[in-house]
Amino acid sequence: MKAALKASLVITSALAAIAAAPAQAGKTLDAIKARGQVVCGVNTGLAGFSQADSNGKWSGLDVDVCRAIAAATLGDAEKVKYVPLNAQQRFTALQSGEVDILSRNTTFTLTRDGSLGLHSTGVTYYDGQGFMVPVKSGMKNAKQLKNQTVCVQSGTTTEKNLTDYSKANNLGIKPVVFEKVEAATGAYFAGRCVAYTTDASGLASVRNKEAKNPAEHVILPELISKEPLGPMVRRGDDEWFAIAKWVIHGLLEAEEYGVTAANVDQMKSSADPVVQRILGVSEDTGKHLGLDKEWMARAVKATGNYGEIFERNVGPKSALGLPRGVNNQWNKGGLMYAYPVR
Amino acid sequence: MAAALPPKKQSWSWRSQAFRGIVYQVLALSVIAFAVWFLASNTMHNMKVRGIKSGFDFLTSTAGFDIGESLFKFDSSEHYWRAFLVGLVNTLRVAVIGIICTTVIGTLVGVGRLSRNALVRALCGAYVEWFRNIPILLQLLVWYLLFTEVLPAANEAWRLGNFFLSKGGLNFPSPIWAAGHKLTLAGLVAGGFAAWGWRRWATHQFLQTGQLRSMFWVPSALMFLGTLMGWAIGGAPTEMDVPIKGQFAIENGGALTPEFLAVLIGLTMYTAAFVAEVVRAGIQSVSRGQSEAAQALGLSPGQEMRLVMLPQALRVIIPPLTNQYLNLTKNSSLAVAIGYPDVVSIANTALNQTGRAVECIAIVMLVYLTTSLATSALMNWYNSRAAIKER
Repeated sequence: MKAALKASLVITSALAAIAAAPAQAGKTLDAIKARGQVVCGVNTGLAGFSQADSNGKWSGLDVDVCRAIAAATLGDAEKVKYVPLNAQQRFTALQSGEVDILSRNTTFTLTRDGSLGLHSTGVTYYDGQGFMVPVKSGMKNAKQLKNQTVCVQSGTTTEKNLTDYSKANNLGIKPVVFEKVEAATGAYFAGRCVAYTTDASGLASVRNKEAKNPAEHVILPELISKEPLGPMVRRGDDEWFAIAKWVIHGLLEAEEYGVTAANVDQMKSSADPVVQRILGVSEDTGKHLGLDKEWMARAVKATGNYGEIFERNVGPKSALGLPRGVNNQWNKGGLMYAYPVR
Repeated sequence: MAAALPPKKQSWSWRSQAFRGIVYQVLALSVIAFAVWFLASNTMHNMKVRGIKSGFDFLTSTAGFDIGESLFKFDSSEHYWRAFLVGLVNTLRVAVIGIICTTVIGTLVGVGRLSRNALVRALCGAYVEWFRNIPILLQLLVWYLLFTEVLPAANEAWRLGNFFLSKGGLNFPSPIWAAGHKLTLAGLVAGGFAAWGWRRWATHQFLQTGQLRSMFWVPSALMFLGTLMGWAIGGAPTEMDVPIKGQFAIENGGALTPEFLAVLIGLTMYTAAFVAEVVRAGIQSVSRGQSEAAQALGLSPGQEMRLVMLPQALRVIIPPLTNQYLNLTKNSSLAVAIGYPDVVSIANTALNQTGRAVECIAIVMLVYLTTSLATSALMNWYNSRAAIKER
């Protein structure tokens, strides 16, 4: 009986002890260094952005961003643990600390920044939502989708854009909402829906990688939304936010000033002061971020600059064959504008 | 009057078993209360620290998304709570229709397993073993695959009269609502009352005179006649909304989507296998002597089953049957995998748009808890009716 009393006392005090220590995570960078790994939330499978091959090796534009961050922080682009997440899991996984960074073709919106406790870091791909239809449907524009069914994945900005567009144009589109992207595309290819909608890059990825014959599907010309995609981090760790943000800008600036994976070592002797700063030859920019001065040099060496990442994963010569378009550098007619690394 | 008993001495001694019992229960309760409070406050605290908004206020803000199918009109400019209501109604639609179909199929198969015909017995046995041994999610996916892969596209839909079956689902003519339909419904109700009255009278006659009267055909005919008369008095509205082939889809008419059909058929076939076993076990629990006695009285096999076996078997059947009903309702949450907008699917969308994960999950839990408890209450009431009346 006394033992029982004692036991309940022990339990109560143990609970009190847990309560006293609020579950606030330590600094993300310290945790990453201690762990020796960056934990990166990625898409479960989106060709060109994040996809695992038969050996379990991940590749893609979103994956390369994580690799660059791992190279900058840990000195090794391979020290990344990838956590594949579906649209619904992604924010909870980031909020709860299961992943350090969410690099999963995620659109930046006010609500996500303001009410989910997250921060948008920097845009890695400017996208817009479009529609894919079978060629044999004979559709030429999205206005012809009146009263039709459209397959869509749940838990994305896509669902809401579709409704807005349908409403604004009085189309009465009927969404068929699936939890998994594979189920949504599967239903579209089976013919359940007249169209499949997601970001244009996603459409290209699905069309070129999953369709039995890509020529049987056409992407309609309308883009019905703006979708700035990029990595997100948790609130409450400004240092980690700065690292993620500046690795992205560093990759962009490296492209602008012609630093590539191949020439990064020679470029260290470049006379250009900007290049010298990026590569940490003249100034130690890394120390402001809690990193060493070689941080950007390592990142570029591991993944190449932004242009190389784009070309390799989604560019015109890749399987996706997306044009550079608005994702080109600002001085080449695009929207990519790196903040100066200095 | 008897002398008042001496007041019972209150013993607050640790040696008193009653006192110790109270102490333990208070302790156990406070530990549970503390754990709940701790979990709740810790969650709230962490969410606040991380800048995550919480609260149920989002329910009255604009939803902003469309829902593919709904029993009542829903527009994206309506509030979240309306969207949840659409999801709830979609869940209940599958659950209620599923429970009815499951009961019918399950009972038939269960009785069939005890049939004297070897082929029927074997077929029913095979059905049960096949459907209950494959996971329900897999079955749902297969049904959905059947609908979307095997069926033709909408513009080549299989046609039977004005019924169309295609990848777009089942399209059928639906009556256009007219004032006369109200009278038709009134006729049905009146017919129902007449049928009920007839059965009461027939029972009374049987008890008085021993003369058997129709307990099925006459009441059915009464109901049918009542409906027909109401319809005729209402001006016999015959206008139908007939589906027609559009360019990409079947338009107009009533429609059942392949998502709904796949969920309904999948859940029904799966649960019916369990119900069949429950029914079989219930019937076998009635002692053989009852069946022999019924035969000795000259009852037909149908009467034997209906009047002697089933009423006794029901007492064994109802409690596990309730479990199966609850399972069916809860399994309907798997519908989200094949794109049916049930309450889980709506909650997923709402969760992602508002970020109120805890709140949305809580709503879903509340919905299933309420539905299940209501089903249980109803079945318990039925069970108490079917129980042996001890006089």
